[in-house]
Amino acid sequence: MAAKKTSKANVSKEQLLHFYREMLLIRRFEEKAGQLYGMGLIGGFCHLYIGQEAVVVGLEAAAEEGDKRVTSYRDHGHMLACGMEADGVMAELTGRSGGYSKGKGGSMHMFSKEKHFYGGHGIVGAQVPIGAGLAFADKYLDNSRVTFAYFGDGAANQGQVYETFNMAALWDLPVVFVIENNQYAMGTAQQRSTSSAEIYERGKAFGIPGEAVDGMDVLAVKAAGDTAVAHCRSGKGPYILEIKTYRYRGHSMSDPAKYRTREEVQKVREEKDAIEHVRDLLLTGKHVSEDDLKAIDKIIKAIVNKSAEFAKDSPEPALEELWTDIYAKVEA
Amino acid sequence: MAIEILMPALSPTMEEGTLSKWMVGEGDQVSSGDILAEIETDKATMEFEAVDEGIIGKILISEGTSGILVNSTIAVLLEEGETIEDVHLPQKTVVVATIGFETEAEPVSNPQSFPVVEPNVPVGTNYKSQTVREAIREAMSEEMRRDETVYLMGEEVAEYQGAYKISQGMLDEFGSKRVIDTPITEHGFAGIAVGASFGGLRPIVEFMTFNFAMQAMDQIINSAAKTLYMSGGQMGAPMVFRGPNGAAARVGAQHSQDYAAWYAHIPGLKVVQPYSAADAKGLLKSAIRDPNPVIFLENEILYGQSFEVPDLPDYTVPLGKARIWREGDDITLVSFGIGMKYTLEAADILAEMGVAAEVIDLRCLRPLDTKTVINSVKKTNRCVTIEEGFPVCSIGNHIAAVLMQEAFDYLDAPVINCTGKDVPMPYAANLEKLALITTKEVITAAKSVLYR
Repeated sequence: MAAKKTSKANVSKEQLLHFYREMLLIRRFEEKAGQLYGMGLIGGFCHLYIGQEAVVVGLEAAAEEGDKRVTSYRDHGHMLACGMEADGVMAELTGRSGGYSKGKGGSMHMFSKEKHFYGGHGIVGAQVPIGAGLAFADKYLDNSRVTFAYFGDGAANQGQVYETFNMAALWDLPVVFVIENNQYAMGTAQQRSTSSAEIYERGKAFGIPGEAVDGMDVLAVKAAGDTAVAHCRSGKGPYILEIKTYRYRGHSMSDPAKYRTREEVQKVREEKDAIEHVRDLLLTGKHVSEDDLKAIDKIIKAIVNKSAEFAKDSPEPALEELWTDIYAKVEA
Repeated sequence: MAIEILMPALSPTMEEGTLSKWMVGEGDQVSSGDILAEIETDKATMEFEAVDEGIIGKILISEGTSGILVNSTIAVLLEEGETIEDVHLPQKTVVVATIGFETEAEPVSNPQSFPVVEPNVPVGTNYKSQTVREAIREAMSEEMRRDETVYLMGEEVAEYQGAYKISQGMLDEFGSKRVIDTPITEHGFAGIAVGASFGGLRPIVEFMTFNFAMQAMDQIINSAAKTLYMSGGQMGAPMVFRGPNGAAARVGAQHSQDYAAWYAHIPGLKVVQPYSAADAKGLLKSAIRDPNPVIFLENEILYGQSFEVPDLPDYTVPLGKARIWREGDDITLVSFGIGMKYTLEAADILAEMGVAAEVIDLRCLRPLDTKTVINSVKKTNRCVTIEEGFPVCSIGNHIAAVLMQEAFDYLDAPVINCTGKDVPMPYAANLEKLALITTKEVITAAKSVLYR
């Protein structure tokens, strides 16, 4: 992972604690989702974010109120990081009426107008022009908001990504293209699918600046996010962040993971884990004690357990829901 | 030998044009490549170049003349030493055309039946003659004046003034912020427009033709049509995708498809395919205001066709209501879009044969006004559907299925679907004619269900 190393200067205890809590919430939530999937309470596709937590948590720390985000089907972490309730996300995973989409979207399709989260898209790469379109609307409405359009190293080979790069650069759209490079497009390693070693460099062809970032270091992600957001908000157009990260779990729940070794995964977990990194900073900096962290773990666990209970107890959608939300009502 | 300079065809659908300006005068020496004149087609004003060398002997058509048929003589070019007196001038140099369709095999008096019901037009309303092209432009401009969040994006919509002149003048009025030229990148700009609609705007996306929208199909179906449902009603895509659809003339298999049935298949989309200028205007205004993604299928051949349009400041037509163009008790003819042309012609000929056809223009394919069709068939007991698209899984197939389920006991004959032929569109003029639906075929089908 060739990327910038973090500077530890000017990081407050509060910020470190915030990162720790947010990343831990995502990890525990995803572990619980995996468990519920195994119990048959979650069906279909379920793509877990475990390992990649520092990406959204770092970037959300660079966002302001009103900024927008859109991502792919590996979206649970993004929703939790932008402030959506664990209960509503988990209940959507179980397909219940208390879910963000009333149980009609599922793991891959959740939205929150209130939190400016625009999905949750199941077609690889399709969220990239949509993200640029959100930025287009913001520019049109002159409201100085920035959109984060997240996609993976796999999506980075979709044609519409480059159609979008071209127009975003041409029209100076305030969009941060976030390439979450977890090194595997489903089961295909980057070097087997992608001609460039540094995907962000593809932006050069369009005149879009960018950089690679150590995605296992939440402080580095936050710092890069600040740079990108400042660039976009100042009207200079799009920016690319290629965040080198790693997914510990399979592509989806049914991934046999034959394309990489157990040792490879284990090595990243032991040496690079983003949550352990912040935990170390908190402890070595004498900001907190082990007991303080245990207390946080307990709170997070309670939130996640409550969401699982909510998701089990929430009723299935009423049968009439089959026929609603197909068309918005025409105002008279 | 003197050479006759003929009115050129400068677009696939051009049948006549206007000679805007002569760039040469009688007695001028010209060589090949010189600009002879400016000619206005249905799409643009173009320069017309000389092919041969010579001296302009006589100008037969003065500048400013419109309705000059393609291939009529507009000037005579003399060789060195010739004089105009040596030349036998063409007897009839020009026929000023009445704007209209290529004539079919059977001559037709006037297929412009007037709609039976105009529920949205108050009694005493004045009408103005307007082309479909003007009606679409007026609808977009009126809605853009009314709502700042409405904007137009697409290939060549701004500085070029529209590939088919639909958006002519709109850049001047609304500026480059709201009339936006895109690169040739349908998938990308369709996706950007979907995102813009999520972000609070009401985009109008012009596809140069719906054939190119195939590149954008994923964004139209997966992103625009399904998001309202997938979000549990939280957010949808209030937007219009519009542009010419179906066959133009001699543009081959990849530029001639009718996508009506494709889009009508998708829950979450509304699909409009107007025939008349009045409907194009009123339905497009409603489509732009609609909070859902609307597919608005136009037709290049209809763009230049004039119709009577209610002269009202805010004329809208609700989506999902068919229009009855003429009433009749003997047979129901159901069509939409350019299929209406053949249908109305057929109804006229059937009338001469003593058959009173009821003609229904669906106008909107989703939601589909099946009620109007069923009620009509309950009266006539016979039905023929007419469309230009392919036969398999066509709109007509669907109508037939609906009638079988909802009006089986009223049918005195099987429903016949008149459609385009089940072949990619050929280029050769004679084969293209065969591939498309004809008035004759509609009459044959009507006779068949009437057992005559």
